[in-house]
Amino acid sequence: MNRVIRQEFDVVVVGAGPAGMAAATCAAESGLHVGMVDDNPGIGGQIWRGDTVNSAAEAKPWAQRLAAAKVDVVCGTRVFGNPEAGVLLAERGPDVCELKYRKLVLATGARERFLPFSGWTLPNVMGAGGLQAMVKSGLPIEGKRIVVAGTGPLLLAAAAYLRRHRANVLMVCEQQSWTALLRFGFGLLGHQQKIRQAMSLRRDLGGTPFMPNCWPVEALGTDSLERVVIQRNGKTETIDCDYLACGFHLVPNTEIAELLGCRIRNSYVNVDEFQQTSQADIFGAGEITGIGGLDLSIVEGQIAGFAAAGNKDAARKFFKMQRNMRNFARVMDKTFALRPELKRLASPATIICRCEDVPYSRLSRHTSWRAAKLETRCGMGPCQGRVCGPATRFLFGWSPDSVRPPIFPTSLENLAVVSQPIAEHCGVAGERG
Amino acid sequence: MWKPALTEQVSVSVNGIPLAVPKGTTVAVAVLLKGASCRKSVTGQPRGPLCGMGICFECRVEISGTPHCRSCQIVCEPGMGIRTHE
Repeated sequence: MNRVIRQEFDVVVVGAGPAGMAAATCAAESGLHVGMVDDNPGIGGQIWRGDTVNSAAEAKPWAQRLAAAKVDVVCGTRVFGNPEAGVLLAERGPDVCELKYRKLVLATGARERFLPFSGWTLPNVMGAGGLQAMVKSGLPIEGKRIVVAGTGPLLLAAAAYLRRHRANVLMVCEQQSWTALLRFGFGLLGHQQKIRQAMSLRRDLGGTPFMPNCWPVEALGTDSLERVVIQRNGKTETIDCDYLACGFHLVPNTEIAELLGCRIRNSYVNVDEFQQTSQADIFGAGEITGIGGLDLSIVEGQIAGFAAAGNKDAARKFFKMQRNMRNFARVMDKTFALRPELKRLASPATIICRCEDVPYSRLSRHTSWRAAKLETRCGMGPCQGRVCGPATRFLFGWSPDSVRPPIFPTSLENLAVVSQPIAEHCGVAGERG
Repeated sequence: MWKPALTEQVSVSVNGIPLAVPKGTTVAVAVLLKGASCRKSVTGQPRGPLCGMGICFECRVEISGTPHCRSCQIVCEPGMGIRTHE
């Protein structure tokens, strides 16, 4: 039987990654009653997933501060709706949570962008961060042959992580050219910390070849992946492997922000220097405001947490770091822009929408996301376009529709369970009016 | 002689076959360890985890009678009966 669990907070933080943890901690340390909700089984987000939240050098102090600040952590709970201002609905197992807030901090992070190519739907073709997440969740990969491919700094981080877990990482294929990457390297000169990070990744990569101008064109295998064909400098090469870890940089998870009416600019949630969105009482922090990595996420989280608590002076102390790191985020977006050749990776038969198995040939005749959705069901499966949306945006230039609730599939029972209390709330509000 | 403590194990079954995994292992990993794919797509293709973070829904399996569970987001608990499409 579904229960409705009602909780009320001064501040609710959605997302328990570094930005969310920093925001929740700072708001709670300012004396507020803070709840932090996340759909993963534990805190830490993707970067500090699993046990790393208690072992990674940067994570540990935040995990300790979070606990000391008595933040109410609500994991395994997925937000799916917003029936009225100041209330979020979330699903936890068979139950529904009704979370009331005065201020809201959105720190919903980013997901990998996946680009379709022949065979990309085979089991054991995963995201670069995807495979890393599986290893953090207990997958042993000692001795497994892995090709890491796609674009962005996550490839190096994933490859280094996989190697530390004794995988046989055969190569890292980066679609971007050396020229662009070198320019990025020079762009780092003002960021000592970033250079240190890059050097340590380089060390962890050991003898693994790093190949720019290189991308996967086909994954082959009968029931799961056996080989991958890569293209490099105009030539193709076939490599036997157990896993292909392939992602094309990151895209922000802006669904909840959009549902709440926050303004989106250039695909990101638009925020001011206090991390406030276009909606009063709603703040945004971390990757949803621009892909800037761990350090920027923590800075933005602290600003958002203090600002949500009305502690503006404490927030201001981070402005200089915020400005500096945001420049870095802009450089990164430019550096890892996708090359147009990648639009030709999908053949007419290549599946673009994995939920509904819609091939390229059925989509290419349409002129908009909406038309394609209505005609082919592309983007209408359970992932609600989270995978094929960014892909069709790149392939066809389509912009997504406005977000509608529930933003994740939930049971009819849950929707029915919540309709009653919502009606009651509306009644109360009406009487007051 | 001193020996490190063994990691605590959790017993589950995948398609009826028993499997012990270290505590904290997700259901998606248990399925991969058994060499199974998670679901069949609408045109019958085998699929496995893609995103690893609950976004793509490719890792859906049945857990103790509940269908469509995103196995990458659920940690194995003692006695879980995991069923893939097979």
